[in-house]
Amino acid sequence: MNNPRRNACRIVRDIAHARAGDKGNTSNVNVWAYDAADFELLKLTLTPERIKREFPDLVRGKVDRYVIEHLHGLNLVMHDALEGGVNRSLNLDSHGKSWSYLILGLALEEGGA
Amino acid sequence: MPAFRIGTGAGFSSDRLDPAVDLVERGKLDALVLECLGERTVAFSHRDRMADPAKGYNSHLKRRMQALLPACAAAGTTMISNMGAANPRAAAARAIEIARELGLKGLKIACIEGDDVSALVPANQPFMDEPGSLADVGMPIVGMNAYIGADAIIPALQAGANIIIGGRLADPSMFLAPLAHHFGWDSTDMPRMGAGSLVGHLLECGMQITGGYFADPGVKDVTKLAECGYPIAEVQSDGSAVITKLPGTGGCVTTSTVKEQLLYEVHDPSRYLTPDVTADFSRVQIAGDGADRVKVSHASGTARPRTLKVTVGFDGGFQGEAGVSYAGPAAQERGRLAADVVRDRLARVHGITKDLRIDLIGVSSLFATAGVSASDAQDVRLHVTMRAPSRETAETMLWEVESLLCCGPAGGGGYRGSIVPCVMTKSLLIERERVTPTLEIFVT
Repeated sequence: MNNPRRNACRIVRDIAHARAGDKGNTSNVNVWAYDAADFELLKLTLTPERIKREFPDLVRGKVDRYVIEHLHGLNLVMHDALEGGVNRSLNLDSHGKSWSYLILGLALEEGGA
Repeated sequence: MPAFRIGTGAGFSSDRLDPAVDLVERGKLDALVLECLGERTVAFSHRDRMADPAKGYNSHLKRRMQALLPACAAAGTTMISNMGAANPRAAAARAIEIARELGLKGLKIACIEGDDVSALVPANQPFMDEPGSLADVGMPIVGMNAYIGADAIIPALQAGANIIIGGRLADPSMFLAPLAHHFGWDSTDMPRMGAGSLVGHLLECGMQITGGYFADPGVKDVTKLAECGYPIAEVQSDGSAVITKLPGTGGCVTTSTVKEQLLYEVHDPSRYLTPDVTADFSRVQIAGDGADRVKVSHASGTARPRTLKVTVGFDGGFQGEAGVSYAGPAAQERGRLAADVVRDRLARVHGITKDLRIDLIGVSSLFATAGVSASDAQDVRLHVTMRAPSRETAETMLWEVESLLCCGPAGGGGYRGSIVPCVMTKSLLIERERVTPTLEIFVT
């Protein structure tokens, strides 16, 4: 994420929009491609493995991904990903409302990026 | 059969009031829902009730009722709300009082209770999604409420209630109930229970479907966000619906706003559990139907869960927060030095090392654990948070942060500190047969 080359490449926000929600210590971020033509790239970019790899200290549990093919959407369900959840987290954003922008800030998996 | 018009007048405890009044006055609604409870809201309400037995309901109830009761009475709109929180009876009594003060005669105000299950749950009851039981927590319990469904609300509608006030009425159930009542849907008609629950799920967060919580300048622009209108669903007897809003209000209803809300706080889209149904949103169709109109259809569902979810609230002690700001050249370095000083003194002088977090707002706070930080800010804020069983320990932290004003790095200013009571919540399940909702109706 702190790669200086990041500014030069496209990010998820360029092709998709998202909203985050919380239940206990589980965060879910739903992500939707604006254009059906970009949905394959979105799926290629937002794999559970990638999410785990990008945020190992935050996303401590497994990541389930539900694909809503006909609406060009993904639902990323990240377990143990809210620093204990709203009951325990000392993060200013104890609900992880801003996690949608963690996902939208990731670089797209475009060849050679 | 004409569409049933249902709208949202609050999507959380502190949601706006003036757009709700506008909605009732111009929306020709059959029903208005005010969803005002979160898991923690109920626990906080229990604490309020413990401090004053006449309290424990939504703190904005008085102003909401004063503004909405006359509007609903004039429009013939039924109001359904969980503003009763931890004390539905006191909330209903207050609503009756306000209706009488306003000279509204003949209003039927229903009070639904029975969601408080604290007398029914044994101490060895295991939690729903984590190890342990009630007895293991070691914190005082403040309250326990079961999520109750449409079957608790429908009898009030059958009795002709104009205003229905409950406690832990499940969010989508408050929308499903008037739909099922109006169209005569049977509670075993699972596709329709699923369809009505989708309408509820989409509307329960108010403006989150009409352009609220959506704007992202440059990619998702929203017109007149400050004048955003609450949503309306025009529901057909087959359960399909058009989501829209009042003409002239700000915001927008688009396939994108609907999609973001479709899976808000949903895990498996084919299994969304409510007290009424295991709803299936995985095959929902979303299609534009003109300006600020989106049609939703093809929600479904299977049998309702045999158990009801119960939220248990515990007294969680106190949370203290304190901050000091640094700006200009080397602001980050000075902020980091301040953090080091606070951490060192809290540990060495006061023995405080646990349940403590220090961020540098402007550089790294919300995304600190995610490992994402900014680098060039010259206007940053040291932010210290801690949780403590006693108020005094939190006060010690605040004192240390404030002491930076004379004893910390150069140029620090803008100290603020606050201490608030905390709650902790956990979930468990109870067999639905053991929960008995009750209904009482008062006429003004």
